[in-house]
Amino acid sequence: MTALQSYTLRLGDDCLILSHRLAEWTTRAPELEEDVALANIALDLLGQARMLLSYAGSFDGRSEDDLAYLRDEREFVNCQLAELENGDFAHTIARLLCFSTYQLALYRRLTDSADATLAAVAAKGVKEVAYHRDHAEHWTRRLGDGTAESHRRMQAGLAAVWPYTHELFIPDDVEQRLPGIAVDPGSLRPEWESFIDGVLTGATLERPADDGWRPRGGRHGVHTEAMGFLLAEFQYLHRAHPGARW
Amino acid sequence: MLSTLDELRAAVGAVADPEIPVLTIDDLGILRGLEVERGRVTVTITPTYSGCPAMDVIADDVRQVLAEHGHPDAVVRTVLAPAWTTDWMSEAGKRKLTEYGIAPPSARSDSAVWLPSPVVRPRCPRCGSAETREISHFGSTACKSLWVCEACREPFDHFKAI
Repeated sequence: MTALQSYTLRLGDDCLILSHRLAEWTTRAPELEEDVALANIALDLLGQARMLLSYAGSFDGRSEDDLAYLRDEREFVNCQLAELENGDFAHTIARLLCFSTYQLALYRRLTDSADATLAAVAAKGVKEVAYHRDHAEHWTRRLGDGTAESHRRMQAGLAAVWPYTHELFIPDDVEQRLPGIAVDPGSLRPEWESFIDGVLTGATLERPADDGWRPRGGRHGVHTEAMGFLLAEFQYLHRAHPGARW
Repeated sequence: MLSTLDELRAAVGAVADPEIPVLTIDDLGILRGLEVERGRVTVTITPTYSGCPAMDVIADDVRQVLAEHGHPDAVVRTVLAPAWTTDWMSEAGKRKLTEYGIAPPSARSDSAVWLPSPVVRPRCPRCGSAETREISHFGSTACKSLWVCEACREPFDHFKAI
């Protein structure tokens, strides 16, 4: 697999897996508007995933469906943050805040990529993700600076997802082999921290302490326990009824 | 029956958006090109949002219209760049949206830092009041946000300016 194909798959898998998690909220969100909002965010990410997986598959003759439904867990290269169980609503918002802040910084840079397709997907996605981040920011402030109970749960949500954010910024040889095309993830960290810290301060929340536990491995196909269950549900129909159409 | 290029362009441009049927794809500005090469028609369209589920239906409808005009082998291509913007929506389209009960997108600022919240609040498409409030960034389709009018108390959709 070429570096460009690997890189595109990472971008696409992040979108696909988080899209699936957010779609799980449909009919379960705390209010109707939120149900609609999370479904819309999931749909944006699914659209981005389709474009990225189609592109990744074009290098070796696989379709977007082949990549989405017929790969096994070790072949998925999404960050572990994307696959974590939703938890309560505050967990979901904490994850969305951390991920969309990263993704927005990434897409802004990727619009200048020397690869025309990646640049086009990023240019399309950057406005969508700006809405996602704004949505997560509003909820973080509302819950963090809300009641004692909402504050406690928002802080707990942050603590739960925080260790998984470190993986987003670990550079490796895939990006290094694509100068001018890929974005060095480590270079996004200062912007990410600055924005997150601002939101947390406004929300009267504390940045979780870094206790040294920094799980990683998603980019190389090593996933958390949650991933197998996610794929079982996500891929079941396609595998049970190959080629099914309706 | 073979049609001229202008007739084909007009017929394809008149294909309706399946989710907002008062708008044609010409009104939306998502029809980016129509070419005929050696008798074969290629139509180029671009999505409004990455995940817009209307694109497949629109592509099918375009192929059907072209088949009716003597081109059963037409090809519909989707391009991503340049990214669609609501600035490409026609004035006629914006008028039709208002009449349909959806507040049209306002002009976009082309600043480097792009912000989701509109600088100018949309007017209520029912009573025309400027006293409106956003309820949610996200509405019944990817391209719309949800608002309420403080004057007539009616909720309404706003086509987001992007």
